[in-house]
Parts: sequence; C-alpha cells; structure tokens
Amino acid sequence: MAGTGGFSVSGYGPERSTLSRLFARDSILRRLDWVILLCALALSVIGSALVYSATRNRTELVGDDPYAFLFKHVLNIGIGLALMAGTIWLGHRTLRTAVPILYGISVFLVLLVLTPLGATINGAHAWLVVAGFSLQPAEFCKITIILGMAMLLAARVDAGDKEHPDHRTVVQSLGLAAVPIAIVLLMPDLGSVMVIVMIVLGVLLASGASNRWIFGLLGTGVLGGLAVWQLGVLDDYQIARFAAFANPALDPAGVGYNTNQARIAIGSGGLTGTGLTKGSQTTGQFVPEQQTDFVFTVAGEELGFVGAGAILLLLGVVLWRACRIARETTELYGTVVAAGIIAWFAFQAFENVGMTLGIMPVAGLPLPFVSYGGSSMFAVWVAVGLLQSIKVERPLSA
Amino acid sequence: MTNIPETGRTPRVQIRLVIIQILVVSLLLTLGGRLWYLQVRNGSEYAEEASGNHVQQVVQPAVRGSILDARGVPIADNQTRLVVSASRTDLMKMKDDGKGVLNKLAAVLNMTPKDVADKVRLCDSKTPQPCWNGSPYQPIPITDEATPKQALQIRERSEDFPGITAEPTAVRRYGAPGKSNTAQVLGYLSPVTDDEINKAKDSDSPYLRSDQVGRSGLERTYDKQLRGKAGVTRYEVDNLGRVIGKADSDQARPGSNVVTSIDARVQAVSEYWLNDAMKKARDEFDKNTGENYKADAGAVVVMENKTGRIVSMASNPSYDPNAWVGGISGKDYTKLTGKKSNYPLLNRAIQGQAAPGSIFKVIPTTAAVNAGYEFNGRYPCPSSYSIGGQVFKNFESQGHGSITLGQALEVSCDTVFYKLSHDQWAKDGGNKPKKDAKDWFYKTAHQFGLGKETGIDLPNEVTGRVPDRQWKKDYWKANKDAWCKQGKKSGGDYAARIAYENCLEGMKMRAGDSVNYSIGQGDTLVTPIQMATIYSAIANGGTMYNPTVGKAIISADGKHIQEIAPKSHGKLPMDAALRKDIDGALADVATKGTAAWRFGGWPQDKIPMHAKTGTAEVYGKQTTSWFATYTKDYSIVMTISQGGTGSGASGPAVRKIYDAIYGLDDDGKQDLKKALLPEPQKTLPKIQPDGSIDAPKVKPYKPEKPKPPTEQTELAGPPANGRRD
Repeated sequence: MAGTGGFSVSGYGPERSTLSRLFARDSILRRLDWVILLCALALSVIGSALVYSATRNRTELVGDDPYAFLFKHVLNIGIGLALMAGTIWLGHRTLRTAVPILYGISVFLVLLVLTPLGATINGAHAWLVVAGFSLQPAEFCKITIILGMAMLLAARVDAGDKEHPDHRTVVQSLGLAAVPIAIVLLMPDLGSVMVIVMIVLGVLLASGASNRWIFGLLGTGVLGGLAVWQLGVLDDYQIARFAAFANPALDPAGVGYNTNQARIAIGSGGLTGTGLTKGSQTTGQFVPEQQTDFVFTVAGEELGFVGAGAILLLLGVVLWRACRIARETTELYGTVVAAGIIAWFAFQAFENVGMTLGIMPVAGLPLPFVSYGGSSMFAVWVAVGLLQSIKVERPLSA
Repeated sequence: MTNIPETGRTPRVQIRLVIIQILVVSLLLTLGGRLWYLQVRNGSEYAEEASGNHVQQVVQPAVRGSILDARGVPIADNQTRLVVSASRTDLMKMKDDGKGVLNKLAAVLNMTPKDVADKVRLCDSKTPQPCWNGSPYQPIPITDEATPKQALQIRERSEDFPGITAEPTAVRRYGAPGKSNTAQVLGYLSPVTDDEINKAKDSDSPYLRSDQVGRSGLERTYDKQLRGKAGVTRYEVDNLGRVIGKADSDQARPGSNVVTSIDARVQAVSEYWLNDAMKKARDEFDKNTGENYKADAGAVVVMENKTGRIVSMASNPSYDPNAWVGGISGKDYTKLTGKKSNYPLLNRAIQGQAAPGSIFKVIPTTAAVNAGYEFNGRYPCPSSYSIGGQVFKNFESQGHGSITLGQALEVSCDTVFYKLSHDQWAKDGGNKPKKDAKDWFYKTAHQFGLGKETGIDLPNEVTGRVPDRQWKKDYWKANKDAWCKQGKKSGGDYAARIAYENCLEGMKMRAGDSVNYSIGQGDTLVTPIQMATIYSAIANGGTMYNPTVGKAIISADGKHIQEIAPKSHGKLPMDAALRKDIDGALADVATKGTAAWRFGGWPQDKIPMHAKTGTAEVYGKQTTSWFATYTKDYSIVMTISQGGTGSGASGPAVRKIYDAIYGLDDDGKQDLKKALLPEPQKTLPKIQPDGSIDAPKVKPYKPEKPKPPTEQTELAGPPANGRRD
C-alpha cells in the first residue's frame, strides 16, 4: 500500500485542540465530500416532509399523533448520521479487516429471518422483529457483500501481484455473494435480490474482472430470470405485480391498482404540484405504502415536476460525486467499494422511481434517503460514510 | 500528494468506471423524461382521473311526477312503502350464491323460496318472467309490501341478512279515484335496462341505474317530464370510501305533474257501463251462431269535440296497474299476457281494430256527394242488391223504397251505398281500372284520416286499414303463396275456395269488394279513437284534432305551466252544407232512426244528440257492436267485440254515460247538481309551491238502481218496426 500513508490526517501535535484539528487545513472535515453530504441531507429533509404528508392522517398507523412517523423518521436520520460519522471514523480500510466478522453477522441475521423470528410484511418475508423493532437484515447484507467482494477482488491487485483479479478470486467473490443471495431469494425478497445482483455486477465491473465474467454473469442473469419465471419460484403476488406493470388497465381494482393509482397521483401533480399535504390522492390514501415504497408519488403529486425532478437531480449529484470518488481514489479496494455503492443507489432509485412511473415492475424497495424505514436509512448513511472515508483516504487505524 | 495512482486502476477499470457513470446518468435521464411525460405532457389527464378517483357520487332519485285528472285528482302518484331489496353483487360473493340468505328471507316475508329466487334471477331470452330485467348492480326489490315488523326483523339481524336491505321507498301508486281504473291509459313502469342506459348516456336526460321507465301509456309518453332530474351529492372520499369532504352537488329536481283531460268520475262511469254492457250482452242469445254473445272485449272513448281532448277512455278486459309496482310477480305476468285473459294490457280504444260496419257510412255519404251525387236526391233502397248472380242483402233484408242519402244514414240502408259504390267502381274501369281512376270512396276514407294513426299522445296506436287498390296488391303479394297452396278449385271447404279465388285474382279490386267496403265491411279496419276523431270533427265543424290525453305539464312547485295545445291533422273533406246535412241526418238517427229506441225521453231540444249505429260482421265470429254519438261538446264511441248490434249492445251504456255527464235521469230530466261535466273542464288544477294539489274529493261511482224491469221494457223496448243496427 505504498503512497497511502501520506494522506493520513496530519498534525497530531499536542499544541492543537481537537476542535481546531477538525477544522485544520488538512482535517477530515475539510476534505469530506460536502456536496454528497448536503445532497443526501436535503433528500432526507424532503423525505421527512413527504413521510409526514403521507402519514399525518393515517390514524390506523399513527393513532392520535400526526407527527408520529415524522418523529421516528427524523430519529432514523439522526441514527443514520451517527452511523455515518462512526463509519468515517473507523474508515473503510479498518472495516476491510473486519469483513469476515461483519459478513458472518449479516449472513446469520438473514438466516434468522427464515426462522420463526422472521416476519412477513407486505408479502415479503424479509423482516426480523426483535423487542418491538423491525429490522431488514438484507439491507446490511448489501454493505457486507460490497465490502467482502471488494476485499477479495482487490487484495492481490492492491498488493501489486496482479493487474486484474484472476478467475479464482472472481469465483471466490461470487461465492461470497451467492450465499446471502440464496437466502434472500428464499425469503423471498425479490427486490433485494435484484439490487444485490446489480451490486455484484457493479463490483465486478469496477474490479476489472475479465469481460467473460461480466457477459457470462449477464447471460446467467437473463437465463436465471427466465428459469425463476418458469419454475414457479415466484409467488403469485410477484407475478401479478409484474403483469400489472405490463398492463395496469388489466385489472384496475386488483393487481393494477397500485401502479394505476401511483401513476394518477404523479401525473395529477403537474408542473408545480398541489402543495404539501394538499394532494387528494395522498390525502385520500389511494396509493398504498406511500410513506415507504411509494413515497415518490407524494413528491409527484404535492411537489409536482419541480419537486420530484429536484429529488432525481439530488440523487444524480450524489451518484455523480460518488463516481468521481471511485475514479480518484488510489486503491482498487476503494474504487470497488464506491462502485458497489453506486450500483446499489442507482439501481434501487431507478427501480423505486421507475415502478411509480410505470416503467418498472413493482418490487418492494425503498427510495434511498427519502423513504421511511430504519434499516434502509441506516444502510444508506453507512454507505455515505464509506464514500466519505474513501474520499478522505482514511488510513488503517490501530 | 499526487493524483496519479500508483496501483489499482488500469485503463480497463478506468473505462469501466466511465461506463458505470454513463449508465447511471442515462437511468436518471430516463426517469426524468418519464416524469416530464406524465406530469407536464399528460398532467391534465391524470388530474382529471384523480378527481374522478376521490369523488363519490350519491344519487337521490327524483320523485316521479303525478298524473292528474282534469280537476287535479291524482290518478297516478307516489306512496311510501317498505321495500325489501337484495343486492345481487353481495349475494354472488357468498359460497352458495346467497341461497341460504334468500331462503331465510323467504321465511321472514312469508313467501316461498322459489318466489324469492325467481325475483332475483336475471332476465335473458331463456328465462321467463318473473325475472329481473334491470341492472344486476342495482338492488333488486323483492317485495314492496313488507310490514314494519318484517322490516325490523331484517334490520336488527343484519348479520343474518347480508346484502338485504329494508327501507322506506317512494313507489308508484295508481289510486283508482272513484273506482276509475284507467289502466291502459296510464301504462306502467319497469326498471331501466342496460341497453337504455347506454343509449341515453349522452342525451340530455340520461338514466340512473335505479330508474324506473314508463313502458306504456301516459307513463311512457310523458316519461321524460314525469321523471325529473336526480340529485347528485358529490363527496370527496379516501381509498376506503370514507368521506373527507363535500364537493359540488346538484339538487334533485322532482318530476313535473302531467295534467290530463281525463275526468276520473266520467272515466269510472265509462268503465262501469262498458263492463255492464258486455255483461248484459253475454246474457243475449245470438241467433246467427246459436249461442250467447261472447262480448270478449270492448272499448269506449269520450272526447271533447272542440279540442280532441280525451275525457275518458276505457278498454275491457282491464287489470290493476298496481300489479307492476315493485316488480311484477310471475303469476300476475302470465295472467296479464296470456290468451286466457284476452290481453288486458292492450288499450283497445287505440290498439283494437275492427270493421266499422255502418258507423262508417258518413264516409261513403261524403264520397258520393263529392263524386257529384245530390245529398237530397232519391236513391233506391231495395232489400237486396245483386251483381252477376251474387246477392248482397240489406241488413235484415228490409227495403225502404226510394230515399235520400240522409235517410239512408237514418235507417242505415246498405243497398243505397252498394249501388253508389258499385257504379263508381264500374266508372273507374271495374276489373281493369283506368289510369286516372277517381276512387272516390277510398280517397275520401283517407281524407277522413283512416289508415293512419290519429296522433294521440299514447304509444303504439294502430292504423287500421283502408282496403284500396294499392293495399289489395300489397296484400296479395304477401299472401299469394299461402293462398295458392291452400286453395282448391272445388271440393274444398269455404276457406279453400276463397283461397283459390284470392290466389287467382286477389290483387284485383272486384265489384264485391267495393260493395262490401261501402258499408264498412270486408277488409276495412278502424280503431275506436279514429271514429271518435271523425265524429267529433263532424260535431265541431270539420276539424280533425289529434286526440290528446295530456293537457298540461305543471312543474312540481306549480310555477311552470306548459299547456299542451290541441293540434289538428286536417279538415273533413266536406263543405258546410254537407256537414249540416249529415249533422241533421245523424240527429234523425237518434230521434227516429236506428238509435231512437235507445234515446227515449232524451231532451233533444236542450242537448241535441247525434248518433250512428253499426253492426259489423266478422267472418267466423259474432258481430261487432259499434255506436258513435255526439252532442255539442262531446263525442262518445263505443265498441264491443262479439257483442251484437250497435244500438242493442252499446246503446244503453252510451246513454248512461251521457246521463252521468249531463246529470239526466232515465226520463231525460236534467239535474245540474248531479251532472259530472255538463261543460268541458277549461281551467287547470292549481298546484301549490309545496307540491300539494288542490283537488276535489271523488266518491266512488254508484249507478242508480235500475227501475223495475216491466217499466224499463216499456221505455226501452225495441221499435216495433225499424231496424236494430
């Protein structure tokens, strides 16, 4: 790892206070990617407003307190920010050493979902309910898979042994991803599987693995998809969702209801929207799951093209900056981790917004930073922490 | 610090990172484009859909307007009843298609499970009545006669009766004021069909799923005015239908009232005496057929001469129009449409057609005068008239010497008209008609409005028939194949011989046809309403009015009054002198002619009576009784199928109706206090802003007890000589 030591935080001198060190010329704070941070924060703030609008009159969820969800959402953001800070503090390199443990824990947690501890919410058996808190372990798997694959793929390259990861390493890394994918598929949480597959593709692409692997994987993906369709691994509700995506007019009262109502909500927003809490589709609760998976419809109806477009723009800026981080870091490890996160955010946002716009099938996925939901919120902020750590080239501590 | 990486990124990785970046940007651009398409390009469409989404309409059906008689007495109005309905959509969701619930319901309502099940099944081509021919999404009424106790049982145990409702509902009531029935004139309602909803969707009066539609009679003709406009309350609702606000709403506008020219009292009298005449005819022996008269159907029309307005219109057999209210039962439907009941749904005053017999003679009289014959000329009236070996007898084979056309009307001499018609037929070229054939007798019938509808404001009026040359040709074309197959030159029965003859020359107007036609026999067909129109036109100076039952449309609050003005469809083809001559001859019929024996004691000087009797022969049946009469203000035409002679069967009944109208007793003494309608009702009833109607009370009609038979025979006995046409 030659050339990395010089990038560590400088000046440990006793004459400087902690505070001044934080704001010193070379300090972490100065070198953080503030654009990503601020854009992500802006998305979270907009998300808070949307979650409030979508839940304020859902008495069956919030009881007498219209702010109940807003409060929990803001709390989740706070925890997410703390997790980000912790991640930056530890640094991606330190986490690299902890990958086996983290990976083990995450696989153990997804396995727990298959036990009686797991719970089914919205047709997806993807949740762990412990002491009143519900957790989606698949969200953490996304991070550990990125870290684990990056560790394996970049090890020999960063050590200078190879120019590109060899076949054996690729096979090992795919095996590492395959275990949680299989478990998540058994839940079945199709949305998360799709995201993880995209993460694997992004990671392999950035790692410089041979083209054969990339195309081979794409081919298997297509064949696998066909096989899944044919062999009936999917539940009826998943096939129904797909059919409704293809033609929502098919059954507007049944399967096509979600997509149809979502499209009406967004379309009726027009250029500037109805104004927050003024949307009739949102107020009338015509779109299901509006604070989580369909949160973008609230933006579409109440904030209009201007507001919904702003969300896409903010996501675009985050991803653009992340791409820059991936390109500019010195180690392949950092590049691969960043690429994994980019693939994750980009695909998840595309799938989530795409399904509300009727150009993607419906899958239960939250919109990063915006949707209500603790696990997802924590995971995306940890990911932001990783990006920042890569940006500031946090050294291996301890 | 250097930005050049020492390890890690080969060009391959660099290129791939760029690819990732391009992919990310294109994904986001796709979303942005799609977002623009939905929100900016098609936004207004979705905004409309969204408003349709969250607005629920609750429809309050408009109260149907009443049908009033000329003085405001309601003959059709509404009443609140407890209606038990079943929602088919709810029943079909159950495992047994709701059978269990319906059976339980049948027990509560004291009905058989089959009756209940039949009421909720849907009509199709294979399902006989009773069945539901309305929308399957609409609650189907099972009974509108639930007792409060039954309704309570259903409501309190609503968990036992899912999909069943018991609610007070405004339903149609045909109140039969003064025992007047008026069934065929009023018509009836039945639920709107899907087809009708679709058809009327874009019109200015669309139907609601729950609408009842007038199917016949006044209910149908004035359906649009009576129906009003349903109110719509629009609520903003959420996805579960919970109300979260109220949007623009339209108030229900109750239907207008239709004021008719019917007088419920005269209607009751007409119905009573028509029925009475038919009953009496059934006690009469018919020497031609050797059995009593069947008197299977009859009709009577009372019309105002100067307007064409109908004061009463009765058709017998009749039925109770309330049978239709709340869905007709299977038993009732079979009864109303079966042959056994002789089709009581038919309004025989406008839908019954028969040969007119001698009441037709005003038409050949007019034809003859228009053809150039003198009204007061002398025409032989022998007991029979023969053409080439075929003998046409005068009625009851009497001869009257040489008489005027007026006297021919008075004594109803057939042979006078036989000869006139035969002569004209010969003049027009006989069996080989000239190109410019005058056809006076047929042309005149058309000018009298025969062969087409009078234009009365009741649906499905029939046209009758003038059997002219054109009709003969058309009829022959339509039937020649059957005739030629059935016909036998000799050896067959009468029908077969006639068929053979028709096959050969049925397209021709033969001498016999023209002779039969001249006295309203043969293939001639008329309706009672046509004859009433003609006789009232003779009375009023020659104007043939389109008969009307509806007199005015008055809004529910009485503020808007739209009168239905009398409309004419032409003048009688006679000049004033001829009209006067015919008028005089018809008065003679009542005073010394064929109807005189029925008008004994009539105050002719105060209320001049005019009449014409008719007894039409029908092949294979008993004779049809016709009686056409008029005074200054009213015309009354009565007919009884298989009832005997005109004056014999219908005469007394018509006189009784006049007696009631003018307040006359059997001796012809007038008591204006007892007179129901000595002059036509001119003013319209008043309707208050709150919808209440100032209407007089109507007592049921009670005919005075007939005098002892001996006295009656003396008074009303048939003339010693002279005919009983």
